[in-house]
Amino acid sequence: MSMKLCIPKDELAHYRERLNCNFAELEQVFPDCMEEAVSLLSEAGLKDYLDGASLICMIGRGFEPVLTYLEEMPRVAARIGENSLSLIAQTVWQISRTPNGKTIPFFLQTIAEAARRLGSEQLLRHYVELILDMMERTTVSIHGFHATHPSPGAIDMLQNMPLLLRQLSLEGLKNWIDYGIRNHAKHPERQRDYFGLQSADSRAIMQRERQGTLFIDNERKLNLYLKALWNSKTFLVPYSEAFDELRKPRPYYDALGIRLPDAYDASHGVSGIDRYRALLAHCAAHQRWSEAIIADNFSPFQRLAIETFEDARVDHLACQRYPGLRRILLALHPRPDENACNPETQSCIRHRLAMVSYAMLDADGHGYLNPFVVEFSQRFHQLMAEGAQDTRTIATLALAFVAQTRRQSDQLPNIHFENTEVGYRDDNRHLWRFIESGDEEESFDDPKQRTQQQEDMQTLPPRLYPEWDYHSKTFRPDWVSLYESLHPSGDPDLIDRLLNKHAILARRLKQLMELLKPQQYVRIRYQEDGSELDLDVAIRSLIDFRSGHTPDPRINMSHRHDGRDIAVTLLLDLSASLDDTPPGCEQTILQLSQEAVSLLAHTIEGVGDEFAIAGFSSNTRHEVRYQHIKGFSEHWGAEVKARLAAMEAGYSTRMGAAIRHAGHYLKARKADKKLLLVLTDGEPSDIDVDDDRHLIHDCHKAVQELDQQGVYIHCINLDPKADDYVADIFGQHYTVIDRVERLPEKLPQLFISLTK
Amino acid sequence: MTDIDTTPFEISSEPFYHPQGNEIALYEAAYRSRLPVMVKGPTGCGKSRFIEHMAWKLGKPLITVACNEDMTASDLVGRYLLDADGTRWLDGPLTTAARIGAICYLDEVVEARQDTTVVIHPLTDHRRTLPLDKKGELVEAHPDFQLVISYNPGYQSLMKDLKQSTKQRFVALDFDYAPAELERGILQQETGIDGEIAGKLVQLAATARNLKGHGLDEGVSTRLLVYAATLIGNGMPPAEACQAALVRPITDDPDICDTLNHAIDSVFG
Repeated sequence: MSMKLCIPKDELAHYRERLNCNFAELEQVFPDCMEEAVSLLSEAGLKDYLDGASLICMIGRGFEPVLTYLEEMPRVAARIGENSLSLIAQTVWQISRTPNGKTIPFFLQTIAEAARRLGSEQLLRHYVELILDMMERTTVSIHGFHATHPSPGAIDMLQNMPLLLRQLSLEGLKNWIDYGIRNHAKHPERQRDYFGLQSADSRAIMQRERQGTLFIDNERKLNLYLKALWNSKTFLVPYSEAFDELRKPRPYYDALGIRLPDAYDASHGVSGIDRYRALLAHCAAHQRWSEAIIADNFSPFQRLAIETFEDARVDHLACQRYPGLRRILLALHPRPDENACNPETQSCIRHRLAMVSYAMLDADGHGYLNPFVVEFSQRFHQLMAEGAQDTRTIATLALAFVAQTRRQSDQLPNIHFENTEVGYRDDNRHLWRFIESGDEEESFDDPKQRTQQQEDMQTLPPRLYPEWDYHSKTFRPDWVSLYESLHPSGDPDLIDRLLNKHAILARRLKQLMELLKPQQYVRIRYQEDGSELDLDVAIRSLIDFRSGHTPDPRINMSHRHDGRDIAVTLLLDLSASLDDTPPGCEQTILQLSQEAVSLLAHTIEGVGDEFAIAGFSSNTRHEVRYQHIKGFSEHWGAEVKARLAAMEAGYSTRMGAAIRHAGHYLKARKADKKLLLVLTDGEPSDIDVDDDRHLIHDCHKAVQELDQQGVYIHCINLDPKADDYVADIFGQHYTVIDRVERLPEKLPQLFISLTK
Repeated sequence: MTDIDTTPFEISSEPFYHPQGNEIALYEAAYRSRLPVMVKGPTGCGKSRFIEHMAWKLGKPLITVACNEDMTASDLVGRYLLDADGTRWLDGPLTTAARIGAICYLDEVVEARQDTTVVIHPLTDHRRTLPLDKKGELVEAHPDFQLVISYNPGYQSLMKDLKQSTKQRFVALDFDYAPAELERGILQQETGIDGEIAGKLVQLAATARNLKGHGLDEGVSTRLLVYAATLIGNGMPPAEACQAALVRPITDDPDICDTLNHAIDSVFG
């Protein structure tokens, strides 16, 4: 600290008196801090500054918070206003009155970054409120009357704040924090994982709240772009740039698709979507015009140069085809200052190549004076004008460039990187073919391990479904894992016995169903041309005609086929409560359901509608089981009966995912009308959900989604108390059966009335 | 044979048509023996224009019927009308054409109801007759009469297809959008626009045609390109003209609009 002091000694002493603080370390740094403060702050600001520091001194957290405050605040105040001085000091004081005192140093560390990112006092105030609110909501009190346990995740969050602020707007940050508190409020460890950006959902939510143009929102547009402008169909695979600090991943493409960042911010006046398009245009141009050449004979520098020249060549061709692209590429291409790199101390190879690359892209406007840059960009354009259509020709030019501009200092380890990276270009791995397998290949997977994994994958992989969070009105992405399987089989005779028991009912249902059978012919009246004369209308026309009026010529009628085209899925709740025996019954609900489903299936088989049966149960969100009992194409035979006979109750009722999955199959049917019948005995619930309303809202959302897609859902509820919630889920489409013993009779009747 | 005046059906001036292949020779050969002809191809690629051109070239009257879903057999054949004196028979366009020896062109014939397509059967084989069952008359077709239908196979709908028994009565000419160079020439000839802009319009059309099946049912037709070129010729800036004539008519999908707008910016720079 050897700065020259410009503040007179007595004035400094005066300031020191006003700072009420007795840490010994203070004396060393105080003059330097004041130096900066005096140059940046007004007189009133200085007073706030010293008062604030005094206040922080009094909280009893040692010297570190005071030092951070003294060092950071003058610049913060100069940037966003001097009111921030007292705001921050007061906030620190406030935090020190809570169990979260340990967070104070971390909080102060974030202020400079927050002020820089947020840029206004108003927003900084919101930021501070957000942090205080987060701490308050996560500080729990176990014995009831005052807060005793510090917020578990606050320190982790504050440590990650620079990253968070870089990626998220304040609004996004708030949503991210809200989500964490809402979902992990009762789990201190999970809070730490969440706020420390360690858990998967934390990262997923952060990605969702990110600023800029997100890949997932624009995937279709980008696919359309590739298809329309380049007539190419390639998989697009996003990667995240948020978490690799040291080595930023770059876009690339190979046989499996184009890898591109999951989000782009606008940059240099180019919108995010246009940056994506520039990247895709570059890759598509490579795919169209580049060919792989053998890498073994070239040195790394030569390869770098060939890549640069080849990039310039395909960009040039792309711009010829789409002139509007040039503006975007020029804006995105770095334009390094001619003298930015010092060849005495740095390796300038990248700098030279960036200059020549820019010059090749912008032949007239580049303005570089370096003779090599000028010469080679001219040679490049000459070659292009002659129609140099292959990679080899341009490689020759690139090699000449390396040979002629070579310097001893190119070998220096200190390579000038700044402003030389072209963001929209891929890493050109497709350009090289290696004859000898060298040490450059990266092999992450041990081939043996992979076969092991494949053997483990005998069952179907889970399907992931989102779940609706009604607090935030957003989906929790990929929240529920649903495993589907074929239901195990039992003894089919059981079902036959049940049907025999209800033989009379079955016959009556059969008669009812006969009435439902498609009436093949329907009369269409008032036709000008038709197969028969419609006498009533004809006579009326004749009367009109005779009495001098204009007769109606539509006196014929014709017929048309009226088919019945319905696909039905019956979704059975197989949760543990099915084993209960309702009061006044001799059978469990499960047995009654079996009878009812048998009768229904028997009836529907008679009409010929497409019909599937599935059961579901759940054991937390990680395991929703969806068991097929009857498929659409199966007939009501021994196999299906066997599965129905083996029905067992167990676990909980996470209905939303099951409805989504049933709807997924139903949507694929080609029938005109699609009906999903849900048979359940209680409200949706699961052991990992504390909030009763949560699954109800999720389920309602699933019902809405299917409704929009043309699937009609009807719920048959056996819970006498169902009125409390069933309308919230299914709207008007439900039937509550309070006398459960009549279910076998009611269910088919209900089906008949629904489809009449 | 009849005293119907054919002048309303004659084509007085030459409609512009640029051949893409040997379709003119094929058509002439088919006409020589009065074989029924089917022209297939996407909308706006010049099917109707070709038939007009051929009618002019052969000097025959042309009766065009645009088919629609509600069209019945009697709309083609004719019907009894009621008037003050009782009933009066009115020939339909097909009957008229058969009487006067015109080329009868049924445009987009799949749109018509199935029973409609069956009435043309006796006219399209060796019989060359048209029975008018309501009137009890059997119309012998005039020696110059020829039936032509057009049909757009791009509908991809089970309901909108011709029966095999109908299809197999025609000589088929396949049409598609002209190759880029030719299409450019067509645009220039049709609208007098300069070659560079015409080339860019054709390039844009290619981008939209790439999207067929990816959210577009049909690509940009030559007809729409002519509209766009006309708008440009009437002083509109190219980008706006293209949006109005090439993008908005074919799609309501915001993603596709966005992509095509970007293509316009890219092509016009």
